[in-house]
Amino acid sequence: MTPRNHQTTERRREAMAILAAAPARDLMRLWEQSGLPDDAQLLRGPETGLVTLRGRMGGGGAPFNFGEATVTRATVKLPEGEVGHAYALGRDLEKVRVAAIIDALRQRAEHAELVEERILSPLRQALAEADTRKRAETAATKVDFFTLVRGED
Amino acid sequence: MYVAVKGGEAAIRNAHRLLADRRRGDRMVPAISLEQIVGQLALAVDRVMTEGSLYDRELAALAIKQARGDMIEAIFLLRAYRTTLPRFGYSQPINTGGMLVERRVSATYKDLPGGQLLGPTFDYTHRLLDPSLATDDEPEAPESRPQEDETMLRVSEILAHEGLIEGDGAMPEDHEIGDITREPLEFPMERDTRLQALSRGDEGFLLALGYSTQRGYARNHPFAGEIRIGEVEIEIDVPELDFPVSLGRIRVTECQMVNQFKGSAKAPPQFTRGYGLVFGQSERKAMAMALCDRALRARELGEDIIAPAQDEEFVISHSDNVQATGFVEHLKLPHYVDFQAELDLVRRMRREFEKRQTGDDERKEAAE
Repeated sequence: MTPRNHQTTERRREAMAILAAAPARDLMRLWEQSGLPDDAQLLRGPETGLVTLRGRMGGGGAPFNFGEATVTRATVKLPEGEVGHAYALGRDLEKVRVAAIIDALRQRAEHAELVEERILSPLRQALAEADTRKRAETAATKVDFFTLVRGED
Repeated sequence: MYVAVKGGEAAIRNAHRLLADRRRGDRMVPAISLEQIVGQLALAVDRVMTEGSLYDRELAALAIKQARGDMIEAIFLLRAYRTTLPRFGYSQPINTGGMLVERRVSATYKDLPGGQLLGPTFDYTHRLLDPSLATDDEPEAPESRPQEDETMLRVSEILAHEGLIEGDGAMPEDHEIGDITREPLEFPMERDTRLQALSRGDEGFLLALGYSTQRGYARNHPFAGEIRIGEVEIEIDVPELDFPVSLGRIRVTECQMVNQFKGSAKAPPQFTRGYGLVFGQSERKAMAMALCDRALRARELGEDIIAPAQDEEFVISHSDNVQATGFVEHLKLPHYVDFQAELDLVRRMRREFEKRQTGDDERKEAAE
């Protein structure tokens, strides 16, 4: 893979991760306000299925299956030909359909900036803020050990 | 001759209608919403997801509502639902080292990097009922303290440097990962398959078995090396994309049990390990799982198998509460014909018994 290709792939991967992680409510609100075209043909789904989740024994050892999760996926095609994919935990068909359209739109130069500015950037920021808040709330429960000195010396 | 007896359709229909009414409870009281169950009975939801072996909070909440709070019934509902969905694939193994930690404690190291983070725990509460929860009083917002994003080493990685603790757990190179949802259980099992069964196993059953090891039935000297709860990212490889796709994050609880081990013919003295990994915030279950995982490694570590918790076939065959409840509860379904046959048999045996007794008495009298 060329460095440029790699960068494009990395960006797409990050965008898809944000769309998957975003709460449906936030994603739908930003989508509706974005004014981006909703015109896309569904190639697959949206459909819900299972993904078997894997852990590693001892945390980092050999993998094992430890349960399943509901996952929804969709594939769409823009009138111009770009194909967009989306996957997300849960069963929200509409969220995933929209996420697939967004994935397709961001491949087109004339939409990429708008997608970034009106959808991905606010979502990225909201997710980061939520994580920061969670970390700070957890950090407040950190035990600060201290030593009690008893006796003269 | 076989005579089928039919009947009960109306009774069943009305029973289910009555069930729906009783489930609803007092109609003057608002019905409980799924959001309320997800948000306020979160640990019940986590248990149903874990033992139902399906991560989906809303569905678990629905199952709890439908089951009127009967956890095993809810788990059963979730398991049944699972079977209706197609399978998209297997995730990449989660990285609990990269977890967004919400709780992390170690009973073996006081000053471990990242520290002891208590998180939302019941530990150190006094277990006194709190009357304020019977009212609509809102609790205070949580305290917060600015915190850098730092990756927290697992305790096992810290201990590993000295070489006194065994590794995370390996399987042979060519080993295909077992899946009990695809293949019937076979004994002896490999550790990966066993962990899958334990992860969905009944919390009460595994808790009791874990407890039994502490009380001396296959004592294995455990320490809670680390318990961590938090969110991990799920990624999956799909054919249409040349990179692993993130599906979002799930909350899991991981328990690393560290067990003193005096060595055997197969292994030198060292710390051995048991591992627990479950959905949501399910700490007791993760600990019980880790204790059982360690006990069940007896064969691998060359220990004598002397206690129930070490008996793989016994533990794994009876750990699934959906199977267990199915077989126990089927006893209440009509067994009229079976029972008639048994009744005839017992009557005949009783007649023969009494005849023998009378015969004995007569012989005794004759002898006297």
